[in-house]
Amino acid sequence: MSTTDILLAVGLAALKSVVLLVCLLVFIAFALYADRKIWAAVQLRRGPNVVGPWGLLQSFADLTKFFVKEPIIPASANKGVFLLAPLVFAVLSLSAWAVIPLSAGWAVADINVGVLYIFAISSLGVYGVIMGGWASNSKYPFLGALRSAAQMVSYEVSIGFVIITVLMCAGSLNLTRIVEAQNQYGIFGWYWLWLFPMFVVFFISAMAETNRPPFDLPEAESELVAGYMVEYSSTPFLLFMLGEYVAIMLMCALGTILFLGGWLSPIPFAPFTWVPGVVWFVLKASFLFFMIAMVKAFVPRYRYDQLMRLGWKVFLPLSLAMVVIVAFVLKVTDLAPRGPEAVRPVATEGVVR
Amino acid sequence: MTALFFYLFSTVTVASAFMVIAARNPVHSVLYLILAFVNAAGLFLLMGAEFLAMILVVVYVGAVAVLFLFVVMMLDVDFAELRQGYLNYLPVGALIGLIFLVELVLVVSTWTVSPTALQLPLAGSPTVEALTNTEAIGRVLYTRYAYFFQASGLILLVAMIGAIVLTLRDRVGVRRQIIAVQVARTPEEAVEMRSVPSGRGLPEEVS
Repeated sequence: MSTTDILLAVGLAALKSVVLLVCLLVFIAFALYADRKIWAAVQLRRGPNVVGPWGLLQSFADLTKFFVKEPIIPASANKGVFLLAPLVFAVLSLSAWAVIPLSAGWAVADINVGVLYIFAISSLGVYGVIMGGWASNSKYPFLGALRSAAQMVSYEVSIGFVIITVLMCAGSLNLTRIVEAQNQYGIFGWYWLWLFPMFVVFFISAMAETNRPPFDLPEAESELVAGYMVEYSSTPFLLFMLGEYVAIMLMCALGTILFLGGWLSPIPFAPFTWVPGVVWFVLKASFLFFMIAMVKAFVPRYRYDQLMRLGWKVFLPLSLAMVVIVAFVLKVTDLAPRGPEAVRPVATEGVVR
Repeated sequence: MTALFFYLFSTVTVASAFMVIAARNPVHSVLYLILAFVNAAGLFLLMGAEFLAMILVVVYVGAVAVLFLFVVMMLDVDFAELRQGYLNYLPVGALIGLIFLVELVLVVSTWTVSPTALQLPLAGSPTVEALTNTEAIGRVLYTRYAYFFQASGLILLVAMIGAIVLTLRDRVGVRRQIIAVQVARTPEEAVEMRSVPSGRGLPEEVS
């Protein structure tokens, strides 16, 4: 590969990432607006309705407000870590989007271990929270950070098992292949039906993982003011807020890929298959986001011990049992996807025992 | 390109590994340790071991280092006092380091490949094109090394049970929420309906 080829490849990847990020951020601005509107509608309020037609530009007004405010760093804060934390949080949640295929072949990086990459990156997100809570040098942020660390680590376990069941059915860690494996019988071939309990576990764990209500204990305003974000203002706060919503959208996208057939059309014949895949993808992800927004409006906040009980005593045994059951069913019915047959296990021949 | 990234990752790994012991604040040490882990994962990626790289990040960075950080943040240590004995331990530490260095040099300089390994048929191993990294590891791990895999799982299980046994206290007089009992409650035993006469209220009951 010559130097120009390398530069071209890097430039193309950079261009793709920029386009993806801009689209994502604009989408999230409106998702935030939708979140507030849905919440308001459930509570018989009007929600944001002043800035722009129907308040549509509210998120952009908020954005500008955060930018022009003065960032305040507490005197006793650990400055470097304090400013690093929101950056880490936002960058990590944005970087996970690199492997999400929005349509067939639309991923910025279509890597073999896509699911693991997302899992790894989202497990790193906890560092932004812990660093922010610790560096603030104040009791409420610290308590919030401790809660958040325990919560995110706990629910990662059940998300991991949910992902394993999907992987066993799809036979690949590549997100594109996972979607393609669901490409039969239209909407009834997607894994939400075949692995319905896992879909429910994933949905609830995703809310816990991203600190969404009813699991927003790290920032429970009635107990901890605003949790790990208390001392943050202006742009650092904006980065935390942004990172949180990006992580929520990421969970919606992941749920779409794992359980709702990604970019596939729900009705597998023309004219529905003519619709571009990205349209289906955005519709499905928006549906999941709508559900998450509704849960925020409906469900009261969990108590902390109840949250831990749900994670460790309900979801963990359930998902563990489902891993065994799914493996058993796949083995008995011989439905398990197979790798290339011709290859023998490594180095089992000719070994002197 | 690969060489560039190799030098980038390895430089950062070595530098942050040094900062782990050099940093004054233990929380900073753990954060540098995390940086070292992530860069080591980058090195794995460069060698084409993508599965190992991701597992390294998930297990060590995502779980183990979080617990490290958790413990270090909770500890209330006077760091200045901790530093005072530093020079006393220096000779012992240097000696141990020297012994490790000599051992490493001995091992690396007398490294030979077993003749049996050279005779192994390479045709049996999967090619990069045919199998993904993950499948290749799975095919070896769950066939040839299945017993070792199970044994290591058992060791971890024993460690986990041991930790639970050591820390489990059966405290008396603690009110615990039993979900099953709560769910099993009926309106009859939870609520009592009384009709209250107007203007008089209920007669006081000694309970």
